[in-house]
Amino acid sequence: MSKHVLSILVEDKPGLLTRVAGLFARRGFNIESLAVGTSEIEGLSRITVVVAVEGAPLEQVTKQINKLINVIKVVELDPEAVQRDHMLIKVKTDAATRSQVLEAVTLFRARVIDVVSDAVIIEITGDTSKCAAFIKILEPYGIKEMVQSGVLAMGRGSKSITEKVSK
Amino acid sequence: MSKEVLTGAQAIIRSLELLGVDTIFGLPGGAILPTYDPLMDSKKIRHILVRHEQGAGHAAEGYASASGRLGVCLATSGPGATNLVTAIADAHMDSVPLLAITGQVGSKLIGTDAFQEADIVGITMPITKHSFLVTDANDIPEVISAAVLIATTGRPGPVLVDITKDAQNQKFDFVWPPKVELPGYKPVTKPHGKQVQAAAEMISKSSKPIFYVGGGIVRAGAAKELLELAELVGAPVVTTLMARGAFPDSHKQNLGMPGMHGTVPAVIGLQRSDLLITLGARFDDRVTGDAKSFAPDAKVVHVDIDPAEIGKIRHADVPIVGDLKEVIPELTAELKKIYGTKTHDLTDWWSAMNHLVEHYPLGHDAPEDGKLSPQAVIKRIGELSGPEAIFAAGVGQHQMWSAQFIKYERPNAWLNSGGAGTMGYSVPAAMGAKVAQPDRLVWSIDGDGCFQMTNQELVTCAINNIPIKVAIINNSSLGMVRQWQTLFYDKRYSNTDLHTGTDSLMIPDFVKLADAYGCLGIRVEKEEEIDAAIKLAIETNDRPVVIDFIVSRDAMVWPMVAAGVSNDEVKYARDAAPVWEGEE
Ligand SMILES: Cc1ncc(C[n+]2csc(CCOP(=O)(O)OP(=O)(O)O)c2C)c(N)n1
Ligand SMILES: [Mg+2]
Repeated sequence: MSKHVLSILVEDKPGLLTRVAGLFARRGFNIESLAVGTSEIEGLSRITVVVAVEGAPLEQVTKQINKLINVIKVVELDPEAVQRDHMLIKVKTDAATRSQVLEAVTLFRARVIDVVSDAVIIEITGDTSKCAAFIKILEPYGIKEMVQSGVLAMGRGSKSITEKVSK
Repeated sequence: MSKEVLTGAQAIIRSLELLGVDTIFGLPGGAILPTYDPLMDSKKIRHILVRHEQGAGHAAEGYASASGRLGVCLATSGPGATNLVTAIADAHMDSVPLLAITGQVGSKLIGTDAFQEADIVGITMPITKHSFLVTDANDIPEVISAAVLIATTGRPGPVLVDITKDAQNQKFDFVWPPKVELPGYKPVTKPHGKQVQAAAEMISKSSKPIFYVGGGIVRAGAAKELLELAELVGAPVVTTLMARGAFPDSHKQNLGMPGMHGTVPAVIGLQRSDLLITLGARFDDRVTGDAKSFAPDAKVVHVDIDPAEIGKIRHADVPIVGDLKEVIPELTAELKKIYGTKTHDLTDWWSAMNHLVEHYPLGHDAPEDGKLSPQAVIKRIGELSGPEAIFAAGVGQHQMWSAQFIKYERPNAWLNSGGAGTMGYSVPAAMGAKVAQPDRLVWSIDGDGCFQMTNQELVTCAINNIPIKVAIINNSSLGMVRQWQTLFYDKRYSNTDLHTGTDSLMIPDFVKLADAYGCLGIRVEKEEEIDAAIKLAIETNDRPVVIDFIVSRDAMVWPMVAAGVSNDEVKYARDAAPVWEGEE
C-alpha cells in the first residue's frame, strides 16, 4: 500500500462530491482523507484527497477522475508538498495534570481554545505525523472528543496548479 | 442567433430538432407530460410509443448501433426513469451514444419523497458518461446541446438529462445556438506523432503480429482505414464480440472472434503472438481469460480514445490516445515509409496460423434428439439474408452462435449486448435498428428466455409498421446457464428449464403469442422447413414475423475457455484440446 496526495480542480456543480467520492468507491480505491473548498478562481473548487493504493493503479485513479466531465485537472503532489491537518481535541484535565497538558501544547505549538475546570479544547495544525505524535502524548490524560479536517496540501514554490486554467 | 419565447417543454423539442434528432423512443407520464404536448406537433421528430421504458432504451441503442448516430429515449420520473436503468447501463458498457431524457417532479418537491420521485441522476451516476439535473428552463438549450456533444464525441456513451416539471412549464427567452462550456471535457483525437512512429517501428520489427480489433473500430467508423492498414501489414486479424464486422469475415486475414467462445486460431493466435496491435479493444476478461497468462510473449501497441483503457488491464509498450479514424491513417502512412517497396515477411507466422485454421474450423454436431441444430438454423439465416442485413442478438448460447456462424462483412450489421450481457436486448434493439435503417432486413435472433423479457415491443413494431423478423432459437431452456450446469455442476439443472419446447408444457406458445401481437408466427421443427420459413419471413413486410425454431437443448457452444483459466486451456470441443504445432 502506498499513499498519494491528489489535488483535483473541479467545476463547482451540484453533486460533484458524490461523483468523485462514488468513483473512488466503485473502482475500489480507498480514500484516507478528503477536503473540499473553493479555490482562488470563481466557480472552481479544489479537492484534496489522500488515497491508498497498491503500487501501479494510481494511474487508473487519476485517469478515471480525469474522465469526469466536471473535473478540470488532477495533479499528484509530490511527498515534499506542504501538507496540513487541522484538529480539535478535547482532553480531560484536572489541577494535577493541567500544567503537563499545557506544556505539551507549547512544545507542539498547538493552541488552547477553551478551558473549563475538567477539560480543555486544543487546536493543532501540522502534518499528519506531527498530529499523530501529539495525540499519543495526550492519550494518557484521556481524550474525550476529537475532530479532524482532511489533509490540505499545496505544492511548494511559485507555481500553481491553476496556471493555464482560464479565470 | 434566434430568440423566441418558449416553454421549457417546447425548448426541449426545439433543441432536439435543431440538433438533428429525428426519432425518440419513449412513454409518457405525469412529470414529462408538458414535453409530450409540443412533441405532438413536431414535424421533424417521430416519436415511437413503446410498451416498456427498457424497450425505449434498447431501441435507442439499436438505432444508434445500426446507424452510428445518437439514440434518444424519453421517460417520466420515478418508475419510468428506473425502467431505463438497464438500458443505460448496457449503453455504458458498450459505449453507445445514448441520450436519455427523464421528467422529474417539481423542483420544490425534490427531496420530499413526492409521488413518483426518484433520484435518477444519483441512481445512474455510475452508469452514465455524464448527467444533468435541470431546474431552470433557461438552461435547457445549453444542457441538451452539451448532453448530445458528450454522448457522441470522444468515447461515446449514455448521458442522462433529468428535467423538473416546473422547468418544462416555465416560459423563457429561447436563444439558439447556446453557449456550451465544458472546460473539463477535451477528448484527445489526434495522436502523438512520436508514438505513432514508435508503433510503426514496433510493428515493422514484429515477426508474429496480430490485430486485436475491438468495438472501438465500429464506434469510430474506422473499418475502411483498418482494412488498408491490415492489408499493408498482412498480419492476422481477430475481431472481438463487439467488433464482428469491423473487418470482413470473408477476408483471408480474418481468424474470427477471440475469447471465451472464440475460434481456436483467434485464441491461440493471440496467445502466441509477439505483438498485439490493439485497436479500440479493452482486454475484457471474456477475451483474455486469466489476464496474467494472456499473450505472455507479446508486446502491446494500444490505441484507444479513452486514456483510462490504456494500461488498465495490460501494460502498453506503445500507448496511443486518439480517434482510430485519425490514428490508423497516420500509422499506415508511417508504416509505408518504413516498408518502402518491401512487404512484411510473415511466412512462418502464417504457416502456423494456417495449420490452426485448417485443423480447427468452427463446426458443430447434429443433435442426437432429432431436434433442429441451432447452429445450422442461425447459419442459414445469415446465408439467406446476406451481409447487408442487420442481426441483433439476445444473450446466451444463441448470441455466441450468431457471432460465430453468421458471416459479417460490414460494421454496424451485428448488434449485441457485449459488456453487460443484457437479456432482453434483442427485440427492442432490432426495432430501433429497423427504424434507423428501414431499407435493411433486420433480424432479432433471440433465445426463448431473452424473448420473454422484452417481447412486448413486438406490439410497438406491429402498430408502427416496423417489420422486424424474430428468430427464437427455442431450446426450452436458459441454455447458456444450462451449458455451465452440464459442464461444471454435474448436470444438475437447477432452474433452467423454461418449458417452451414442443414436448413440454409449451407455455407460452410463441406462435400464438405472435398472432396475438399482430405478427406472423411460424413454427419450424424439421430441417427441410428451415429455408422456406426464413424466406417467408424475409418476404413478409406487412407485419413483423416470429419464427419459433424448435432446437435441441443439448447443443453446446464450442470452442470454450472456462471462466478464469488461461486461454492456453481452450477446448475445441468437450475434452478436446487443440494441438499447437510447437507442442507436437
Ligand atoms: C437480465 C439477465 N438475467 C440473467 C442473465 C444470465 N444469463 C445469461 S445467458 C442466460 C440464458 C439465456 O437464455 P435464452 O435466452 O433462452 O438463451 P440460450 O442461452 O438458451 O440461447 C441467462 C439466464 C443475463 N445475462 N441477463
Ligand atoms: Mg434458450
